[in-house]
Amino acid sequence: MAKTVNVWIDGVHLEVPDSMTIIEAADKQGINIPRLCYHPDLPPTANCGVCVVEITGNPVPKRACCTPVAEGMKITTNTNKLRAYRKTLVEMILSNHEVVCPTCAANNKCELQSLANNLGVDPDALPSILQKKKVDDSSFSIIRDVNKCIACGRCVTVCNEVQTVYALTFSDRGIDAHIDTAFGLGMANSPCVNCGQCTVYCPTGALREKSEIDAVWEAILDPDKHVIVQEAPAIRVSLAEEFGMELGTVTAKKMYAALRKIGFDSIMDTNFTADLTIMEEGTECVAKLKSGSKRPLITSCSPGWIKFMETYYPDLADCVSTAKSPMSMFGALSKTYYAQEQKIDPAKIVSVAIMPCTAKKFEARRPELKDSGFQDTDYVLTTREFIRMIKEAGIDFKHVKEEEADAGMSFYTGAGTIFGATGGVMEAAIRSAYTLVTGQELEAIDIQAVRGLEGVKEATIPVPGFGDLKVAVAHGLSNARIVMDKIREGLATKGESPWHFVEIMACPGGCVGGGGQPYGNNMAMRARRGQGLYQEDKNLPIRKSHHNPEVKRIYERFIGEPNSPLAHKLLHTHYFKRSVSNGQVVEEVTHKHH
Amino acid sequence: MYKEICGKYAPTKDNLIYILHEIQDTHPQHYISEEAVQVISDYLKIPSNHIYGVLTFYSMYSTKPRGKNIIRLCESPPCYIKGSDNILRKLKNALNIKVGETTQDGLFTLELAACLGVCGNAPVMMINDDVYGDLTEEKVDEIITKIRGGK
Repeated sequence: MAKTVNVWIDGVHLEVPDSMTIIEAADKQGINIPRLCYHPDLPPTANCGVCVVEITGNPVPKRACCTPVAEGMKITTNTNKLRAYRKTLVEMILSNHEVVCPTCAANNKCELQSLANNLGVDPDALPSILQKKKVDDSSFSIIRDVNKCIACGRCVTVCNEVQTVYALTFSDRGIDAHIDTAFGLGMANSPCVNCGQCTVYCPTGALREKSEIDAVWEAILDPDKHVIVQEAPAIRVSLAEEFGMELGTVTAKKMYAALRKIGFDSIMDTNFTADLTIMEEGTECVAKLKSGSKRPLITSCSPGWIKFMETYYPDLADCVSTAKSPMSMFGALSKTYYAQEQKIDPAKIVSVAIMPCTAKKFEARRPELKDSGFQDTDYVLTTREFIRMIKEAGIDFKHVKEEEADAGMSFYTGAGTIFGATGGVMEAAIRSAYTLVTGQELEAIDIQAVRGLEGVKEATIPVPGFGDLKVAVAHGLSNARIVMDKIREGLATKGESPWHFVEIMACPGGCVGGGGQPYGNNMAMRARRGQGLYQEDKNLPIRKSHHNPEVKRIYERFIGEPNSPLAHKLLHTHYFKRSVSNGQVVEEVTHKHH
Repeated sequence: MYKEICGKYAPTKDNLIYILHEIQDTHPQHYISEEAVQVISDYLKIPSNHIYGVLTFYSMYSTKPRGKNIIRLCESPPCYIKGSDNILRKLKNALNIKVGETTQDGLFTLELAACLGVCGNAPVMMINDDVYGDLTEEKVDEIITKIRGGK
């Protein structure tokens, strides 16, 4: 039991653990101390100074984010001195900030904007000292606009400590201090894995996705193009919060209706290919288990994780499933199976993916992902871009009448939908792999041990005829490192991996916490979105991928069977080794089956 | 070459500053290249972006190639009062470069420095490891001409 201390915040008595900081204690009590660089998910960096409070007996104000509580502390959060202090700080920040709020991607979501507004800051209190610098648009996924950066350091913390990607750093010092990639070479020439966690933690619009909205509108409004769209599992549970509905509500059918109103020609669903992924990856897993291999099978859906693996663990690339991500399977099938079934010239098909993810933009442009004879996926929109399109189209999302998706590549099971939460792919895979191994159905399909937000989760599933199936689940790339280091060590010292099957997602919380998700999110919100998906799973009539009728149909009519030669051609891929210093391909390390 | 320099030091993080100094000092162009940072990163197991952060934090390190002679003119108040702004103008004219630039012949790089600690002889500049005090515009001409002639 942690020791507790008595503190008074604005006269309110609190008994809190002595490990807390003042801001944590205040948040617990619902006292909102103004803040800018502090974020509850991240360690405090004490860069901005906005969260200053007065403590009786202390001559100078203290930063609430990094001052621990102490017995008998009497804290005042709002005095004229503090108000003046905070205003000056925000005025100074604004004087070195490109103030273009109405057109900024972060408008109405910007923490600097709302803070300045709350504090009643005079925008012209100080003359601008902004020296405009070049925007880094080198990456397919992320734009970094130093002119809007307030050097709070959240992106540096999340990139280096939460994700251990080591792309962003503070550069120079004093007035010249700014955030940069090594040697200013740009995100595309850094080890950046495009996870986009920097974009969701950025308090301003300095970090955002590279928008493809215009290109998508152009395709939609071109009568010669047939635009097919897929939506990732996490999308359906991340729209409600943006349109005045309860956080974590699943709005799949409103989503389909909105897509149809926007003008997409064919509305399908990534959840369908999530189920298909289970068939392909599950079959691969079972083959590996039956072969007695001592090397694990690791999931391959998360493009941030894949680039991370190629950069930091290329020696284990052979352990990663060759299955393409559900998005890329869909892309390849949209220009083959779908084109064939619908009798449409695949050259006219534009395949659009709506993803909670910035790394998917990079994945879509991988030169090797054109097995359909075309680039498999043409455009990727993040959740944020999709929301902007809904608003631009003037759709009243909250009240829009629910509609169904189009048939063919849209039916999904509960297993497909939980792909969006950490542990979901593992749970979905176990539900089907069990049947593939034993020929029987798994009865207890709610696998609680792999759910939830613990960084690394482990479970042992008894499988008749095989023995104990040992699995691990990691989300967030620092947790991925823990698991990968143990696999590497196990293989080196004992010749075997501690687990048979491992799920890794680049983003904390899984896809519901993706880098393309609505701004202003935190781990608690990610948990609520995840719960929404588990609830949908529970309510769906079919909860195992191998019972998906459209999946059965595509195997009967087109692919043959899982891991067939055509499956390998269209639905599987290979990996590369990348340079740790600049992320560029060094060599191919696994090869595609032919 | 970079590997050899690294090898002189134990592979611990606290040796980063010393390795950076030695690499810069022994490089004919007095700077630390991307390639050097990668070698150090592999040796010390410190990510490249962290090393870049360190070497841009300290003004004595350069990430760009520099000339054979690095001029550091003091820009602190005592030297300013004694006319360092005139000296700076003179240096810029004589070398035909701006602060932070290197002459085309690769002979000089012009930089500004915080107090060099010899305020009694203000205005002051250093060229590589030598200190030049009580500067006048004429003296600057002499010094530059002498170095140019010596090369």
